[in-house]
Amino acid sequence: MTVIRTLDKDKMDVAEGSYAVAHAVKVCRPNVISAYPITPQTHIVEDLSQFMADGKIPNCEYITVESEFSALSALVGSAAAGARCYSATTSQGLELMHEVLFNVSGMRLPIVMTIANRAVSAPINIWNDQQDSISQRDTGWIQMYAEDLQEISDMTAQAYKVAEDKDVMMPAMTCMDGFILSHVYEPVVLLEQDLVDEYLPAYEPEYSLDPKNPLTFGAFADPTVYTEFRYLQQQAMDNALPKIEEAANEFYEIFGRYYGGLIDEYETEDADIILMAMGSLVGTIRDVVDKLRAKGVKVGLLKVRTFRPFPAEAIKNVIKDAKVVVALDKNISLGLNEGSLFTETKASLYNTKVDVPIVGRMIGHGGRDIPEKTIEDIVEEAKGIISSGINTESKYADLKEELL
Amino acid sequence: MSIQLGGVCQPGTTRVNKTGGWRTFRPVFDYDKCIKCKLCELLCPDMAVLPMDDGFFEFDYDYCKGCGICANECPTEAIDMVLEEK
Amino acid sequence: MKSLFTSGHRGCAGCCDAMVAKFTLMAAGEDCIIISPTGCLEVMSTPYPETSWEVPWVHSLFENAGAVASGVEAALKAMGNKGDTKVIALAGDGATLDIGMRSISGAFERGHDITYVCIDNEAYMNTGVQRSGATPFDASTTTSPAGKVSYGNPRPKKNMPAIMAAHGSPYIATTSLGYPRDMIKKIKKATEIEGPTYIHAHAPCTTGWGFDTSKTVEVAKLAVQTGLWPLYEMENGEVTKVRKIGKQKKPVEDYLKMQKRFKHLFKMEGGEEQLKLIQALADKNIEDFGLE
Repeated sequence: MTVIRTLDKDKMDVAEGSYAVAHAVKVCRPNVISAYPITPQTHIVEDLSQFMADGKIPNCEYITVESEFSALSALVGSAAAGARCYSATTSQGLELMHEVLFNVSGMRLPIVMTIANRAVSAPINIWNDQQDSISQRDTGWIQMYAEDLQEISDMTAQAYKVAEDKDVMMPAMTCMDGFILSHVYEPVVLLEQDLVDEYLPAYEPEYSLDPKNPLTFGAFADPTVYTEFRYLQQQAMDNALPKIEEAANEFYEIFGRYYGGLIDEYETEDADIILMAMGSLVGTIRDVVDKLRAKGVKVGLLKVRTFRPFPAEAIKNVIKDAKVVVALDKNISLGLNEGSLFTETKASLYNTKVDVPIVGRMIGHGGRDIPEKTIEDIVEEAKGIISSGINTESKYADLKEELL
Repeated sequence: MSIQLGGVCQPGTTRVNKTGGWRTFRPVFDYDKCIKCKLCELLCPDMAVLPMDDGFFEFDYDYCKGCGICANECPTEAIDMVLEEK
Repeated sequence: MKSLFTSGHRGCAGCCDAMVAKFTLMAAGEDCIIISPTGCLEVMSTPYPETSWEVPWVHSLFENAGAVASGVEAALKAMGNKGDTKVIALAGDGATLDIGMRSISGAFERGHDITYVCIDNEAYMNTGVQRSGATPFDASTTTSPAGKVSYGNPRPKKNMPAIMAAHGSPYIATTSLGYPRDMIKKIKKATEIEGPTYIHAHAPCTTGWGFDTSKTVEVAKLAVQTGLWPLYEMENGEVTKVRKIGKQKKPVEDYLKMQKRFKHLFKMEGGEEQLKLIQALADKNIEDFGLE
């Protein structure tokens, strides 16, 4: 099923990306919100605090914490006490939370955080790339990437639904490209309260901190049991794969909007060249695909919406008949010279019968603009790979040689 | 024992671990000297001093680690620390 | 009355942490939620699948007890479940005033209705007795050992009660295992006062300080009687009550000589000068708090 957008102008408001997310969080009925400012996520927590000040979020406490570390730590306590929790962060803040991310996942607390993706220091840079969330891919958090404002707004409800599912119980990050989505104004249908109440049940965890039923959370696990805890977390991630699809389908049934489940494909059926990407870049690529298709170029787009759990099977099924695949990454694993979407896609294909050449092109780091021409050039290069094979497996597509 | 979600534990379950085996010395009451001040019960770090109906106390040797705090603090020296016989 | 902290935990014989935990729960009762950071207490009481706690208890990380407690309190308030449930953080000195400084500062500045009990055994005990911000002057620890050119820890204790008072806490008290009924009374009072209250509990550690397992309470009493550990209460920033030492006053040597961690002061050249410095610290407390 391809993307289905609501074109009902009567239901739409022109809103900033951050506002749309804050509104979405509000209607998901959170009990505890923790907030610490960091560009470019700050508008989200500011909008939430205004909602709080106007009494628009019942049964909710808003904590202005003293650091991002405490932002997530406070939610550990809240979630353990049975509350639905929310926070938002990016870049340096997400990195500061690194220890807590593992802790939350290991304790199986279904906290949802919005990440307004931003480049990491040093050098310090407040503009968009996806290094921050990609670097946390081992922490045991579900990761989903949105292509536009409507999607990130809708994704918020879907994230809670998947995270709180009894067979999952894992925390989730919903990722939106900083500034590109967070600070842009678009017409959106703000998440509807009555429909969310239908879609998202109340959070009722099996275990919580309750003096009437005293339990211990966070015991230590020695070598005789630790492995099994980790295995169960992986199992939960495996369970999340179909749940993410279900959550997206059910969302469509109730709200009439669909953005893909684990992935989304555009013009890939007969494509020779397939471009893979996550986040707002997908929107640019859709336009380039349309433009090139009009000229007869058989190019298609594979949008990877869920990065964790990694949808290897879904990706394989889309790209198996292509002649070349280019994975675009707004991140780099230094020392490997590859972006992680590329590395993980390539690795997941290695032992299969799929024999499609795949290359990685790193792009847009530190907020570098990605005009359509950059994508068109990449497609041109890909044509060359079909005829003469891979020249360079992985490199920056937008490096400025003149600065070196 | 299958793993509970997130490693949650049921209350009071360390009682399966009988720490009495740690002892070198065991406390013994001289009830003639005991004035039932309850200090030993209050202080025991292992909750191994249990009240009896008559107001005196008895030691829970399943858990007593033989630290000797009760003997050291007893105001009437009503507790002796005696070497454990094997 | 059944203790809410049960037997079978792996604390050392004579463990100070176990005693503070026991007394805290005697003060709090069943209707409480305990938050502990990583440390001796956490490790010895919760080896999966066993736990010594008969009340709800949560452990997250080493440095975030204050933040986690804030979150628990906020959740209870938000969901309308607060009632009389006491939210109590029970944490070691390192976890509180070193690595946990950020968390506790934020929690108190925001004014959450919690009680924070710091179990001060004056070093990072669980990792093998390393120096913390609470390690007293001239104490020997594994990262501030006495040696040919060192008398041990060169710095005085961080004055945590004063720091928490500066945060506007309505009630702060110092307590000691040497005076358990006093400790229970103060903790109970702290949990009954609304807002962030702070209890600093002096907890002599038989393994870390080097004294016989039976002497935990005795050593604690001596710390108080020398003036090195003043017992006082502060309400809204003012010292309102102190426990006077009077005729029970002892010289600091009586306290120090019982512990291996100060043994070097009685043997090394220049040790006498150091003892005088420590006596001066004690005398200053006696003067500042009016403990005469």
